[in-house]
Amino acid sequence: MDHQSLTPTPIATKPYWTPGVAALALLALNGIGFLAARLLFGIGSVTNLSNQHPWGIWIGVDVAGGVALAAGGFTTAALGHVMHREKYHALVRPALLTAMLGYTFVAFGVCMDVGRWYYIWHPIFMWNGSSALFEVGICVTIYLNVLYIEFLPVVAERFIGRVDLPGPLARLNGPLDRGLRALDRGLSSTMFVFIIAGVVLSTLHQSSLGTLMVIAGPKMHPLWQTPILPLLFLLSAIAVGLPMVIFESLLAARSLGLKPEMPLLSDLGRMTAPLIGIYLAFKIGDMVVRETFVHLTVLDSASVMFMLEIGILMLALRMLLSPGVLKSPLLLFIAAALVVAGVLVNRIDNFVIAFTPPYQFKPYRPSFGEISVTVGFISLLVLLYRAAVMIFPVISLPDRTRAPRNKYAVRG
Amino acid sequence: MKELNRREFLTSALALGSVAALSPEARAMREETLSPDRMGVLVDTTVCIGCRGCEWACKKAHALPTPPLESYEDKSVFKAMRRPDETALTVVNRYDNPKDPAAPYTVKVQCMHCEHPACVSACIVGALKKQETGAVVWDTNKCIGCRYCMVACPFQIPAFEYQKALQPRIMKCDFCADRRAAGGLPACVEQCPVEALTYGRRDDLVRAARERVKASPQRYVDHVYGELEVGGTSWLYLAGMEFTELQFPKLGRSPAPGVSESIQHGVFAYFVPPVALYALLGMVMWTSKGPPKDDDES
Repeated sequence: MDHQSLTPTPIATKPYWTPGVAALALLALNGIGFLAARLLFGIGSVTNLSNQHPWGIWIGVDVAGGVALAAGGFTTAALGHVMHREKYHALVRPALLTAMLGYTFVAFGVCMDVGRWYYIWHPIFMWNGSSALFEVGICVTIYLNVLYIEFLPVVAERFIGRVDLPGPLARLNGPLDRGLRALDRGLSSTMFVFIIAGVVLSTLHQSSLGTLMVIAGPKMHPLWQTPILPLLFLLSAIAVGLPMVIFESLLAARSLGLKPEMPLLSDLGRMTAPLIGIYLAFKIGDMVVRETFVHLTVLDSASVMFMLEIGILMLALRMLLSPGVLKSPLLLFIAAALVVAGVLVNRIDNFVIAFTPPYQFKPYRPSFGEISVTVGFISLLVLLYRAAVMIFPVISLPDRTRAPRNKYAVRG
Repeated sequence: MKELNRREFLTSALALGSVAALSPEARAMREETLSPDRMGVLVDTTVCIGCRGCEWACKKAHALPTPPLESYEDKSVFKAMRRPDETALTVVNRYDNPKDPAAPYTVKVQCMHCEHPACVSACIVGALKKQETGAVVWDTNKCIGCRYCMVACPFQIPAFEYQKALQPRIMKCDFCADRRAAGGLPACVEQCPVEALTYGRRDDLVRAARERVKASPQRYVDHVYGELEVGGTSWLYLAGMEFTELQFPKLGRSPAPGVSESIQHGVFAYFVPPVALYALLGMVMWTSKGPPKDDDES
C-alpha cells in the first residue's frame, strides 16, 4: 500500500447524528445533571466517598484511567516525529486529538473531584515539591497546553484561506487569515520543541501517577504497593498507547464508514507485544521478588482483580503474538481492547480496589451518580471526537492529488 | 508562598529501576526544623475513665456544634467503635480488659501530630504544615480539597466536609495551636479530670512514659506508642494491653513519606533527568531524520 497518498481530511461520509450518537448525548446529559448536583450540594450529595475512602472512581477511572488511555498521544509522537517513522504520521493526529480531549477531561474530572474546584489554580502558585500530586498536577497542566499547541496547526490548516466570518465581522477575515498563516509558519519551525516536551512531560507524570499511592503505605494492598509503582505505571502507559490508537482507529473507521489502515495498525499491534511483555515481566517479577503471591492464595476481591488485570494482558499478549490476529481487523480490535481493559482495570485496582483503610465502616461502592458522571464524561469525549474529525483534518484518507505534509521535522 | 527549593521541584519520574538504589536514610527526613522544645501529649489509657469530657471540650474549643456536657455521660456510644470525623476531632472508644472485665480501657483518638507527617509531604499546595512547636495545622486559604492528605495519613485521621458545596474543610485535631500560642493548654488536656493527658515537652514525655512503664511493669505493656512509629509522633500513648488490641495501626519506624519522597527527589535532583531525557530525545529526533531508512517511506 502506498502510504504517501494519505492526507488528513475532514470526514464527510456520515451525518453527525445517528441513533447511537443520540444515546451518547443522553448519557452525557445525565452525567451533567449529576455534576450540577455536585456543584450545588457538595460532593457528598452525589458520591459514596467517605472519610475512609476519600478517592473513588472519579480519580481511579476519569483521572488515572484517562491519563493512561491518553498515552497514545505521546507514544505516537515519539514514534512518528521523534523516531521519524514517517509512515505512522497518518495515526499521529487521531492520537493527538484523543490525547487532547482525554487530558481536557482529566483536568475537568480533577476539577470536579476536588472539594474547592474554584481553587484549582492554587498549585500553580503554591508549590510543594515533595508532593507527587503536585508534580502530576503541574506536568498535566503544562502537557495539556502542549497538546493544544500541537493541535493548533490542524486548526490553522482547516481555516487558512477559508476564514469567512459573517456580517460586520467579515472585515476581520483578512487579518485573521494572515494571523493563522503566521502562526502556522511559526509553529512548524518550533514544533519539535513542543513534541519533545510532550514526550518528556508524559514520561514524568505517567510515572508520578504511580508514585501517588506509594505514600499510602500499608493502607494499600501489598499486591499493588511497591516502590516500583512509578515504573509499572510508565511501562503500562507505554504499552497501552499504541493499542489505544488501534482501538480508536478501528472504532472510528467502523462508525464513520471508512476503510481501516490495516497494514499500519498491524505494525502497531506487532510493536505492542514486546511492550506488554516488558511490563508484565516487571509486574510479575515484582510480585515474585516481594513474595506477594501468597496473597493470591486467598480468594477475595483483591486477588481476583489482580489475576484479572494480569490475565487480560496475558491473553492480549498471546493474541498479538499471532500473525493471524494482526491481519484480522476484528481480532486485532479485540486484542487492542483487551490491552485497554487490562490497563484500565490496573488503574482502578491501584486507586480503588487496593485501597484498604485500617478503619472501615462501609466498603466503597461507586454511587449511581458517580458512575453517571464517569459515563457522561466518556460519552462527551466521544461526541467531541466525532465532531472534531468532521470539522478538522484529523483522520487521513487516501488522496493522490496532494503531496504528503512533512512538518515538524528538525531543521538543519 | 513558601520559598522554593529547586531540588524539590519536579523531579524524576524517571526513577525507573533506580528506585531500588535509593538510600533508605531518606532525604525525606528533611532538614530538622523541629524545635527541641516541641510539645506533645502523653495519653495514659490506663488512667482514662472514659468520661468523654475531652470530646466536649474539643468541640467547644473548635466552635463545632456541641451537645451539653451532661449528654456525654451516655455510655451507649461505646457499643460501636467510632472515629474522629468532620463533626468531632477527637473521640473516645472503649475496649474490654481481659485482665479485669470490671475496668475496661478507654482510648482517646485524635491526630497523632507526626514528626514527619505524610499529610504535609503529600499536600499538593502545602496547606498542611508541621509547626516548630509540634502541631500539624491546616491552612484554609490554600487547601483545594483534593483529599490526598486523607489518602496519605497512616492513622486515617483527616476528615472532609463532604456535604458542603462551598469551602468544605479538612477537619482534624490542630493540637489547639491557637490556644497554645496564647499561652493556654489544649482544650482536652485542660478538661481531663483525671490527668490521663499530660502536656509537656515531647522529650520529657518520652522519658516520663518509660519511667512509668518501669515503675509498674504489671500495669503497662512495654511499649510507648508514638515514640518510634512512623519516625515518631507528638502524641504518645501508654496502654495496659497490646496496642493492636486497642485498634492502633501496626506501623514501621521509618517516616511515612520516606519512600515517596525518595522517589520524588532522591536520585534525580536539579532537573537532571527531565533535561537529560529531553536532550536524548532531541538527539534521536535529529539523527533519525538522516537518510531514509528501509521502513520509512518518505
